[in-house]
Amino acid sequence: MKILVCVSKAPDTTSKIAFTEGNTKFDENGVQYIVNPYDEWYALVRALELKEQHGGQVTTITVGTAADDAVIRKALAIGADNAVRVDAEATDAYFVSNQIADYASKNGFDLILTGKETINYNGSQVGGMLAEAMDLPFVSLAAKLDVEGSGLKLEQEITGGVQVVEVAMPAVVSCAKGMAEQRIPNMRGIMEARKKPLEVIQPAACDAMTDFVSYAMPEAKKACRMIDPDNMDELVQLLHTEAKVI
Amino acid sequence: MKVLVYINSEGGIAKASQEALTYASKLGGEVVAVSHGASNELESLGTYGASSVLVDRSLSQPDSQQLTKLVASAAEKTGAEIVVFSHDLLAKSVAPRLSVRLKAGLVAGAVDLPDTSNGFQCKVNVFSGKAFGFVSVKTPKKIISLLPNSLQPEANGSACGVEEFDSAAGASAVKVVDTKKPEGSIPLPEAELVVSAGRGLKGPENWGIVEDLAESLGAATACSRPVADIGWRPHHEHVGQTGVAIRPNLYIACGISGAIQHLAGVNGSKVIVVINTDAEAPFFKAADYGVVGDAFEVLPKLTEAVKKFHSSN
Repeated sequence: MKILVCVSKAPDTTSKIAFTEGNTKFDENGVQYIVNPYDEWYALVRALELKEQHGGQVTTITVGTAADDAVIRKALAIGADNAVRVDAEATDAYFVSNQIADYASKNGFDLILTGKETINYNGSQVGGMLAEAMDLPFVSLAAKLDVEGSGLKLEQEITGGVQVVEVAMPAVVSCAKGMAEQRIPNMRGIMEARKKPLEVIQPAACDAMTDFVSYAMPEAKKACRMIDPDNMDELVQLLHTEAKVI
Repeated sequence: MKVLVYINSEGGIAKASQEALTYASKLGGEVVAVSHGASNELESLGTYGASSVLVDRSLSQPDSQQLTKLVASAAEKTGAEIVVFSHDLLAKSVAPRLSVRLKAGLVAGAVDLPDTSNGFQCKVNVFSGKAFGFVSVKTPKKIISLLPNSLQPEANGSACGVEEFDSAAGASAVKVVDTKKPEGSIPLPEAELVVSAGRGLKGPENWGIVEDLAESLGAATACSRPVADIGWRPHHEHVGQTGVAIRPNLYIACGISGAIQHLAGVNGSKVIVVINTDAEAPFFKAADYGVVGDAFEVLPKLTEAVKKFHSSN
């Protein structure tokens, strides 16, 4: 079974969010990049578990520059067999999904996994775009994923509940919480990751359709108004007359 | 200009659908809705701005490929330049596909109308709600997926015509084996008022006081991650970075300290009330109203105050 896992970098959850160059660029000063948690904990680790059960190969693919290699080595240390990096700035989800579709079509995979979203842009776009570009079925926000016969059985989040679905392979799946537990790379994994193949390929011709032109910080919250715990009538009145939410 | 709005009418016309239609009306131009299934409420979409509705009655529980073909064929039929979705879990699987199919740039999770004074720019949440980004769409056709609760629905119109059409959507590749939805409760992403609790409640047997407050307000209940992880509450109630992201009008958090991952799921709430015994809890920094006190004493008092308010208003 050949599994392709889409891996992206993201700023550590605790990073200070700030912008520079007239609010047009994310300020990377002092920011620690990690493997996007949804790509790592859920997509990559579940891919490794499936490989351990059914045999096969787990390849990661990243669209990014040489600056992303540290994050890719981390994914290899966790256990991926090999990695591919498309050598280009990840300009928008359309560009990224096009690059991955190009590589995946030429190399043939049974299963392509993405995280449900990146924690910086939260777009949740690459999986669906990739599936459309390759004309494959797409199961979004899967919390469980098992191989059954020649197909997949999955549990996915839907509005207000969950749904159990079956789909034939090849397919694209976006992975949400619940699919696997985090794996911490051990020293042997880290050593081996240095020798594992990381193939750098040139991007296919494609123009981005969207562009982040600027950013803004939300208005600072005004100070929290403290209410006496013995005066809940006051809180209810404020919610009605001042906040106008009840 | 034509604007096409995808409406998921299975299970009724949700408030989020009314918001999407209202939003589309404000873009200027003629609004056409597209839907599927057996709903007999589609005429009512006219109330929120649709001039007509296209419906493919043959589709039931369609997968993302079928829905993409449905919306694409309606877009072709109407010549729509902009397609609007409500940014729910279903749209997250369909809008990206449609973007590739129509070669139309996608704004995922718009919170406001586009600024067309210099190209076409739309405001979205980025960094899990910690900042805003302005997305410029460079293609002639555009798709906007609107974050729920970004504007109020406006019922200015009247019932509209419904036209059945064959979208040639083909067969579903994804077979639905089972659907599990809790009966009778308000789906969290659609709730305008939410009462949420965390480990401060000390055990699942104490949730009665949370449910009482929610019931008095007509609110949905939610919980923090640890509470879902240890099984006190079901996972679909977990709000936060890895759970559901919500943006209700009112979010009341009881016994939740306010870790950054929890805030990422609720920082879009219009008003936040925090009830915690610890005056130093980080959540107070993100709150509009705070009560330092024991949830076991404060919640019943608040429930009483809400009941008193409702009976006198």
